[in-house]
Amino acid sequence: MDFLRPTTWAEALEARAAFPGAVAIAGGTDVMVGINFGRLRPASLLDLTRVAGLQEWGTEDGAVRLGAGVSYARVIGELGDRLPGLAMAARTIGSPQIRNRGTVAGNLATASPAGDAHPALLAADAEVEVASVRGTRRMPVRDFYTGVKRTALAPDELIAAVSVVPPSGPQQFSKIGTRNAMVVSVAAFGLALHPDRRAVGTGIGSAAPTPRRAPAAEEFLAGELTSAGLWESRAELPEATAARFGELVAAAAAPIDDVRGTARYRVHALSVIARRALTWAWADYRNDPAKEI
Amino acid sequence: MSAPTRVPAGAPEHLTGPGSGGVGDDAERPDGVLKVRGEFAYGSDLWMADMLWGATLRSPHPYARIRSVDTSAALATPGVRAVLTADDVPGEKVYGLELADQPVLALDVVRYQGEPVALVAADHPETARLAATRIRVDYEVWEPVTDARTALGHRTGNQVHDSAPEVTELSRENAHLHPQGNLVRHLKIRKGDPAPAADVVVVGEYEVGMQDQAFLGPESGLAVPAEDGGVELHVATQWLHVDQRQICSALGLPPGQVRLTLAGVGGAFGGREDLSMHVHACLLALRTGRPVKMSYNREESFFGHVHRHPATMRYEHGATRDGQLVYVKAEIYFDGGAYASSTPAVVGNGGTMGIGPYVVPSVHVDCYGAYTNNPPCGAMRGFGSVQTAFGYESQMDALAAELGMDPVELRCRNAMEQGSTTPTGQVVDSPAPVAELLRRLAAMPLPTRDDGGEVDLRDMPGGVSNTTHGEGVRRGVGYAVAYKNVGFSEGYDDYSTARVRLEVVGGEPTATVHTAAAEVGQGLVTVEQQIARTELGVERVVVHPKDTTVGSAGSTSASRQTYVTGGAVKAACEAVREQVLARAQRLVGRTVPDLRLAGGAVVSDSEDITVPLADLLGDDVLEETLEWRHRPTEAIDPETGQGFAHVQYAFSAHRAVVDVDTELGLVKVVEMACTQDVGKAINPQAVIGQIQGGTAQGLGLAVMEEILIKDGTVRNPSFTDYLIPTILDMPPMRIEVLEYADPHAPYGLRGVGEAPNISSGPAVLAAIRAATGLPLARVPVRPEHLTGT
Repeated sequence: MDFLRPTTWAEALEARAAFPGAVAIAGGTDVMVGINFGRLRPASLLDLTRVAGLQEWGTEDGAVRLGAGVSYARVIGELGDRLPGLAMAARTIGSPQIRNRGTVAGNLATASPAGDAHPALLAADAEVEVASVRGTRRMPVRDFYTGVKRTALAPDELIAAVSVVPPSGPQQFSKIGTRNAMVVSVAAFGLALHPDRRAVGTGIGSAAPTPRRAPAAEEFLAGELTSAGLWESRAELPEATAARFGELVAAAAAPIDDVRGTARYRVHALSVIARRALTWAWADYRNDPAKEI
Repeated sequence: MSAPTRVPAGAPEHLTGPGSGGVGDDAERPDGVLKVRGEFAYGSDLWMADMLWGATLRSPHPYARIRSVDTSAALATPGVRAVLTADDVPGEKVYGLELADQPVLALDVVRYQGEPVALVAADHPETARLAATRIRVDYEVWEPVTDARTALGHRTGNQVHDSAPEVTELSRENAHLHPQGNLVRHLKIRKGDPAPAADVVVVGEYEVGMQDQAFLGPESGLAVPAEDGGVELHVATQWLHVDQRQICSALGLPPGQVRLTLAGVGGAFGGREDLSMHVHACLLALRTGRPVKMSYNREESFFGHVHRHPATMRYEHGATRDGQLVYVKAEIYFDGGAYASSTPAVVGNGGTMGIGPYVVPSVHVDCYGAYTNNPPCGAMRGFGSVQTAFGYESQMDALAAELGMDPVELRCRNAMEQGSTTPTGQVVDSPAPVAELLRRLAAMPLPTRDDGGEVDLRDMPGGVSNTTHGEGVRRGVGYAVAYKNVGFSEGYDDYSTARVRLEVVGGEPTATVHTAAAEVGQGLVTVEQQIARTELGVERVVVHPKDTTVGSAGSTSASRQTYVTGGAVKAACEAVREQVLARAQRLVGRTVPDLRLAGGAVVSDSEDITVPLADLLGDDVLEETLEWRHRPTEAIDPETGQGFAHVQYAFSAHRAVVDVDTELGLVKVVEMACTQDVGKAINPQAVIGQIQGGTAQGLGLAVMEEILIKDGTVRNPSFTDYLIPTILDMPPMRIEVLEYADPHAPYGLRGVGEAPNISSGPAVLAAIRAATGLPLARVPVRPEHLTGT
């Protein structure tokens, strides 16, 4: 197995083009598990940990641009205020050791339907920046997932960064696991209220072949909030609205039975956590009237 | 966490106290610092310069006939030094702890998924594993038998009955997994009125899933060929001598040519009682003439050891209106999987202690162990008693509800005590403080709820996954009490061997304790040192490496080593002490009746005598080796189950407080409280550790730990999906340790390790029932069970 260790982004892209069978590795929290258990035997590994600048984050056009090498621990420690939904998701991932190594970009590249970052990224309308020797392109994260553990990445492309616009309203993330920590999600839900554009963002994890949004739930809730003037009044959210929102989120799921849970449970649990996440987000919104929209 | 309380209740007073490093002290572990610093060498760290690596090819099918095995492609792989199949096993081709029924390497039939078929030795582990995949095995796949009742031909869903279960013939030709049929053992208890009647009758059916020991150190060992044609095996195990017996049989070598040394053991819990890579590594080493290391990875480990028997149970409890038990009928099925392993003894425990620590005039138990094509099941901490405790304690709660009685009160009213008669007709002849354990628990304050403050997600069901801020959460409290035999039962010649040497090293009197008793993490090496310090009055005690150059110590299981090997070390020390004191008498020239050993000297309290051991011994070495036995037990009657089956019982009780998110079915155990009678805490800190660990393991079975099997195939052989409790799942504990001396045991001690593993889970289950009002009949409890999804 070749071990490629580029030190610049240009070298990394050249290596990616020259070794199409190479598997990119950053934190290694997925790749090394695959290798250790004999499930992954790539011709070569493309180590991105020495690429200058990849571990940096900054702001660009009003968005936070997370370099592909930024760890979950840094998202939690440094970006909890700017990317609250993603930070909440990052808190639920693995153990402290895993959070120190694992990266958001790695979660995207693996593209497991159970990846914890996905619901938060979907709800926040994140963009993925991918690059190759041919150039750089950006796509909404919802277009990134193309199938079970499949992505829109071309064979010669690497994930360069993820861009997330800091929210104009509250965000929530909630994940079901059958243990109180260090657990793969049975179902997960991300929610972002976007008062600035009178919109709602959602993301569902572990309940469909890919992470996905719940468009009908988003439209329903945005419509209810707008028609009842709740964006402006910040009045109490009718219970029936929250319940209906939960049902619509659950209806967007297409889960399976597996060792972690039944499809029926996943649908049920999604309806509950979506409803609860909305009530928490709405309570935050009501309690923060100083924040102009 | 409240400080653990010890209740001095008649413990022997003459023992040395805190700080002495002797019996009763929190003596420091000799291996503690190394383990905490990550410097302790476990079996998987074994290494020799010229060693080869072994790999195992395992059956992907739970049941199949092997038509042919073609090893040519594997042998042609560069770097491969040997490929072995059953044809290469020189001695007996089957082995087993109690029955020799398990092939060293598959013969003509594989009976479980993961059964070893062939072995490879190569220069590099990757090469060995790659070559193993190149072995071509042609299987004729058969339909597996995956249910214990079906395997026995017993009609499923039948009522508890007085006569033998209705037997239906299995239709298929290969439905008998073994020539003698699928029944491993049927234990019967028939006591009292054969047709009892009662005012109130409660019937319940219960099921326990397959738990794994989940030890952290995978199966590992290093076999080194010896010049005499024999082999030295360094291996992480629980009983060197029973391994040696089975290895000798398979290799066709005498015991003198198969020498074992204990490698560092990273947990065991019963999962290392059976052989894993032992014979395989030896075969490869003898074939290649090179040292061979084998170390399973986590996934292979799930296939490399036995698990806890899954059980289905049906109970019928009859009681008077005022809550006096009249009779219990029970029908218990243990799924033993493909090979017998410890199933006969597990059935023995499950049957003889299957109604709990209660006094019941009439008892009718049928306990079965069956062969199926599921993974082999055998020893695991609690050994047959864990499963039945879920059954009988669920019944006690159901009965209390039916009677409108407090569950603790009902238990106390029927509690076993000293002088009571067990279902096997045995009179309990040492303290049995069952009611006191429960009453002490009930008297402990309950944890308070934090109301109104900021929500700390770590205290919520779901933890930091942020699933509730209090919505849907209901609290429940549950109690359970359990008992468990200590040591090997039913007439087994249960002994240990200890060699103790006393000499002067560098001017300091030094004792060396040599036993073959496996240290598996529990702290026996510390206990051995403590006993020698107390009995010989010396500070420096060396624990000799555990190996087969001394006689058998018996198994590190059944909560027995502190009792039995502790007893042997004590006896050997006493024999050495007699020699020392006799010398001192000769030196003094007259009889001084109260000579004793203390502070590295022979001293007398009545006379001003102090003879330092350094002076008394000079260059002489005093050594004694002896075997020590606990008082004998006896086989039980095959038709009535009556007999003096068990030498000692351990008792513990738990109170669980849980919060359940009733909408999502997620559970947070808020507090576990435990009371346990240990007779005498040889090392109080280690006792607390055993209680905490056992509690966590029981909690795990109640709410998450299960090997999921479908059609004989394991679906979750990894720590990704076989979940064990984390620090956010295991709550703080309140612990009270009672010390009612057992007059028959060394220092009055009782075995500690298993009892808390038995009472913990049923208390959690009871608490979840109390929180939800659901009649939960299966563990582990899953969110689906709590939400009806």
